[in-house]
Amino acid sequence: MERLEVLKTYKIYIGGQFPRTESGRYYMPVNKAGKALGNICLSSRKDVRNAVSAARKAFGGWSERTAFNRGQILYRIAEMLEGRRSQFIEELILQGSTKKAAEEEVNLAIDRIVYYAGWCDKYQAIVSSVNPVASSHFNFSVAEPMGVVGVVAPENSSLIGLVSLVLPAICGGNTVVVLAAEHLPLCAVTFAEVVNSSDVPGGVINILTGSNKEMNPTLSTHMDVNALVYGGNDSAALKELQENAVLNVKRVFAYSNNWAKADAQGLHFVSDLQEIKTTWHPIENIGGATSSY
Amino acid sequence: MATKKNIPVVEWEYAPSLEGTSHIQLKKQYDLFIDGKWVKPSSGKYFQTINPANEEVLSEVAYGNEKDVDLAVKAARKAYTEVWSVMPAAERAKYIYRIARLMQERARELAVIETLDAGKTIRESRDIDVPLACNHFFYYAGWADKLEYAFPNRKVESIGVAGQIIPWNFPLLMAAWKIAPALAAGNTVVLKPAETTPLTALKLAEIIEASGLPAGVVNIVTGFGDTGAAIVNHTDVDKIAFTGSTNVGKMIQKAVAGTGKKLTLELGGKSANIIFDDAPIDQAVEGIINGIFFNQGHVCCAGSRLFVQENVADKVIAKLKDRLNSLYLGNPLDKNTDIGAINSKEQLETINKYIKIGKQEGAEMYQPSCSIPKKGFYCPPTLFTNVAQSNVIAQEEIFGPVLTIQTFRTVDEVIQKANNTPFGLAAGVWTDKGSRIFNLTTKLRAGVIWANTYNKFDPTSPFGGYKESGFGREGGLHGLSSYVKLV
Repeated sequence: MERLEVLKTYKIYIGGQFPRTESGRYYMPVNKAGKALGNICLSSRKDVRNAVSAARKAFGGWSERTAFNRGQILYRIAEMLEGRRSQFIEELILQGSTKKAAEEEVNLAIDRIVYYAGWCDKYQAIVSSVNPVASSHFNFSVAEPMGVVGVVAPENSSLIGLVSLVLPAICGGNTVVVLAAEHLPLCAVTFAEVVNSSDVPGGVINILTGSNKEMNPTLSTHMDVNALVYGGNDSAALKELQENAVLNVKRVFAYSNNWAKADAQGLHFVSDLQEIKTTWHPIENIGGATSSY
Repeated sequence: MATKKNIPVVEWEYAPSLEGTSHIQLKKQYDLFIDGKWVKPSSGKYFQTINPANEEVLSEVAYGNEKDVDLAVKAARKAYTEVWSVMPAAERAKYIYRIARLMQERARELAVIETLDAGKTIRESRDIDVPLACNHFFYYAGWADKLEYAFPNRKVESIGVAGQIIPWNFPLLMAAWKIAPALAAGNTVVLKPAETTPLTALKLAEIIEASGLPAGVVNIVTGFGDTGAAIVNHTDVDKIAFTGSTNVGKMIQKAVAGTGKKLTLELGGKSANIIFDDAPIDQAVEGIINGIFFNQGHVCCAGSRLFVQENVADKVIAKLKDRLNSLYLGNPLDKNTDIGAINSKEQLETINKYIKIGKQEGAEMYQPSCSIPKKGFYCPPTLFTNVAQSNVIAQEEIFGPVLTIQTFRTVDEVIQKANNTPFGLAAGVWTDKGSRIFNLTTKLRAGVIWANTYNKFDPTSPFGGYKESGFGREGGLHGLSSYVKLV
């Protein structure tokens, strides 16, 4: 007798836990061949709020980790993803990719995570500055994470789009609430499992599946979200996010890169989500000793 | 002879030391500066700008409308496409240097007009506003042909036409903050000064005219909020830069949504100034005074919330009250004056509204006994003690010489209190302990931290806020990114 396969229940990821949506709702995306991908959580507004709370709670600890430690943890995500290559490839194929495209996408995702792991302790030196003010002060500007970042993942990509937007955000010490690609959600959920086994503290990355149309307003009007990253290509949806962002002056970044390209990565995806803080301090200017001895 | 703690104190007045106004050149009427020419407003309307220190009319200024803005944007677009964006960067730099020099040559005139139009003290206009404005042009001039060094691994392009709307608290300085980096990066400009303080921007237009800058590169359109809205909503403007209140900033952010225009906002603040018990108290008191009473408190980054460690609170407050009594309030043109005039009647009403609310909320008010000129708009320096974190006066931006004082015991407590605001523009920390300074500068969510100093500005130093204090930076290397397109 043929062995009966054990099917996976796809869940959402909030605060390091895998609950199903509190609403109990589901939706059933289908692939090009008309095959149902599974019962996917149709997350609710309440799930979005829970995820934002978890992200805020995690922000202090994550942003205060040493840069070195963040780099180690990001690299660990790549290691864990590498170990699950075949699962991601299968899911991509199920969602409509060719085998070759699926393999390439997973390879690129792993490499991109390693790329951003490397940035963790380097971007600061490049985007910071010491400023030669015309007074007796020591003045320097450093980069600091913006806080909780809402990420609307690209609709046309299951894995690489999500990775390309999430990694630079957390590389820079932000925490994220991600709305996964609505019709290609499988890799987002599996990526959450990778994250959960990678020493990433709970709440740093939160991933929700469901209807973007339903969740966007809650995410973009939430007063505890500091910035939004929009990876889609729907100008009406972007406008809605930008208008809602006004409530608490959220920073909104819209990227329309082709993430499958090897060069669709860079320092600016990290530095866009950084605030610049400038500190002044007087320099003591008394005494006779000079540096000309 | 009065006595204080049984020590006789000589009460003496400073002899007035008025800055002369005979050398300044103000026209009775100013038109709009569009395409290198002085143009009458299409509505034919003009409005008066007055000296808030005595309510006398200084001049009449054109009220620009949508049509005028359209003309200005067209001129800016033409200048951008045909001249400014294709000019060698080093030549662009030389024009900006030239503007800086001409401003220096006319510094005294600019300072006096600034004081007349804005009510700020001549000491401040002369020593801070005008030199900083000149230096801003000097600083950014040099960036024009070095932009590729600022953005590693990116290709730098100009954006196009920048629409810029500036406030009334630092009229010339804000014009410099906006225009200098925009020009250096190769953009052209349509700038609207605030309605109560248009004169120094118009003098700057005269300087720009004299500099030989190609027509249309800088256009100055005076007017009111609807003039600004016309700039924000113009479809051929590529970038909006706004400095002003958070409310108006939000309206602009909403108007710009979905248009693809680039936006930077420098908005309001409610900045914390934190005094620890080991701070050099006398210097800290000076820092508190400078933090909140500089420019009559019309400063977005004013240290308007004072947090004093409980065990030194009595001492600090007593010294503050003492110091308040030695502040000289009066004619801004007098070089002795510490506190000048409130910028407008409207702003004075806002400040008085908040003072009333503060008293109603149960906070204790202290004002020194000082004589207030009969004409003009003045507000004595004001302290509130017994202030709760939930009080309106501790939460909302007053934009006047009003300080709320709260106390704290521990470092964690004061970090929480200081960050408990929708704003995040600036903060001050006073302590002798270096490690504590770095702890606080790291944890305070604000764009500028002054440690053992306050209200210092420099063209090389980026300025701008976190959270609802806006986004983008002005000044320094980081100020460039607001005016470039990276590809």
